[in-house]
Amino acid sequence: MNLHGIRAIYKFEMARTGRTLMQSVLSPVISTTLYFVVFGAIGSGIRNIEGIGYTAFLIPGLVMLSLLMQSVSNASFGIYFPKFVGTIYEVHSAPLSYLEIVTGYVGAAATKAIIVGLIILATARVFVHYSIAHPGVMVLFLVMTTVGFSLFGFIIGIWADNFEKLQVVPLMIITPLTFLGGSFYSVHMLPPFWQKVTLFNPVVYLISGFRWSFYDIADVNVGISIGATLFFLALCLTGVWWIFRTGWRLKA
Amino acid sequence: MNKAIHPVHAASDPVIEVRGLDKTYEGGFRALKGIDLTVRRGEIFALLGPNGAGKTTLISIICGIVNPGNGTVTVDGHDIVREWRKTRTIIGLVPQELKTDAFESVWNTVRFSRGLFGKAPDDAYLEQLLKDLSLWDKRDAKILMLSGGMKRRVMIAKALSHQPTVLFLDEPTAGVDVELRRDMWAMVRRLRESGVTIILTTHYIEEAEDMADRVGVINKGELIVVSEKNALMQKLGKKQLRLQLHEPIASLPEALNDYRLELNGKRDEIIYTYDTQSERTGITALLKDLSAAGIGFKDLSTRQDSLEQIFVDLVRESA
Ligand SMILES: Nc1ncnc2c1ncn2[C@@H]1O[C@H](COP(=O)(O)OP(=O)(O)OP(=O)(O)O)[C@@H](O)[C@H]1O
Ligand SMILES: [Mg+2]
Repeated sequence: MNLHGIRAIYKFEMARTGRTLMQSVLSPVISTTLYFVVFGAIGSGIRNIEGIGYTAFLIPGLVMLSLLMQSVSNASFGIYFPKFVGTIYEVHSAPLSYLEIVTGYVGAAATKAIIVGLIILATARVFVHYSIAHPGVMVLFLVMTTVGFSLFGFIIGIWADNFEKLQVVPLMIITPLTFLGGSFYSVHMLPPFWQKVTLFNPVVYLISGFRWSFYDIADVNVGISIGATLFFLALCLTGVWWIFRTGWRLKA
Repeated sequence: MNKAIHPVHAASDPVIEVRGLDKTYEGGFRALKGIDLTVRRGEIFALLGPNGAGKTTLISIICGIVNPGNGTVTVDGHDIVREWRKTRTIIGLVPQELKTDAFESVWNTVRFSRGLFGKAPDDAYLEQLLKDLSLWDKRDAKILMLSGGMKRRVMIAKALSHQPTVLFLDEPTAGVDVELRRDMWAMVRRLRESGVTIILTTHYIEEAEDMADRVGVINKGELIVVSEKNALMQKLGKKQLRLQLHEPIASLPEALNDYRLELNGKRDEIIYTYDTQSERTGITALLKDLSAAGIGFKDLSTRQDSLEQIFVDLVRESA
């Protein structure tokens, strides 16, 4: 096990964030504040959802939205960039197993996403009082989601051979899935048909489970949510494993 | 291996063994064709070959950057596919192209490299390394702000950061000024003295001539020749005999056709190329025939081919 190697990648990636502190940390804080201001204003007209004030109801969804975006963009950029500038050669020539490489990159991406998530939670506190009913489950979702989507981002970073592709998946897939995944509403508020359709959206399970850990309310059973999240995690792990085994888009 | 019983023979102790190595890139281009090569421990081995010959491909496979095709490669007795962790720990690589993290500082980037290769931090060693490469003053500078030559030094520092015992230098002196080149070769010699095996590729044949113990010539994915540098020059070297004539001549007499002589531009010098290997150089006969034809000369000189010429000839033959 090359622990020094994992640490080197992890530290390198974290230092990269340090250099782009504004972009990495400040922008999610600003956008969250904006969400609260805007939805807070609109939401004052919306009835409580299942007994929870609307702004409080929003918090888990907003955090989840940021977790997904941050995980995917951190991890995809983290591996895309060395591929793009060519410094990836050094990682390939180093005595690092695929698992170790992934641990370094994905570990750093997930850490950053969690930090941003916590910052958003802290920012939210300024606007609204909320409590966390099941902190253990909340942390579980935080970790599973960031690791799962960082793995997903890692795959995108390897797949992408230009900057456009790098942007397209977060923008065209993650954002819509999150917006339609119940970040801003309860799935029960949808017409029956769309309630069924929405169950094909994996993000629904994440947000529902995450919200349950806060307020004990859920669109789908929390056990199913955890199962679905684990399934997604396993799927991405398999994808990464396959990529490294075949050297797909990595080695000539 | 028990070194007390088997004394190590520096000359015959292989550190890299390539057997029947083939590489076909996606798209079907066959870049390496059954390469067999042994690099000996502690030597400087120069790999020569024209653009596109397969030098970088060969090095990249040994270092783990490109997937190998058929064949095997062992480094220090370890297979590069099955025991990659061992072989990669042993190897350091300075790639052909300058690829660095522009926004990192010199110091952080060499520390990163050392960690990547699984070595515990050793700032004293890295400090000495940067000093040896005249980079110590620049340790806090962002790589982005360094000159090309400085970046090249950084690449070398990165490659040496984990104290490899086998070092690959893929065209290390491309685009490097005379002074840095001299520093670099001094460093290579020091490394060799400390027991590091060095494999370099270069287009500057004088470098191979100056530096290498042995030379391999690769062309179109085939290793045409591997030889002691001196032996190669002797074995394949042609010599030229130049005869300065008293006065220019219009053309060479037909009687001398067999010698395949050439006239220089001013037509006052005859050039005879002969093989140093052959039993008879034909010089005596030529001189006799010249005087029979009534051509007199006032001076003569001989010249040995440079490695460059040998190399060009070899590549032409194999084409
Ligand atoms: N990733 C790749 N995909 C397809 N073909 C490749 C790839 N890399 C190299 N080649 C081809 O393989 C051949 C050998 O390339 P290589 O880089 O090994 O040559 P080289 O001897 O290092 O040349 P140079 O002296 O120009 O550096 C070339 O024809 C090149 O176009
Ligand atoms: Mg090359």
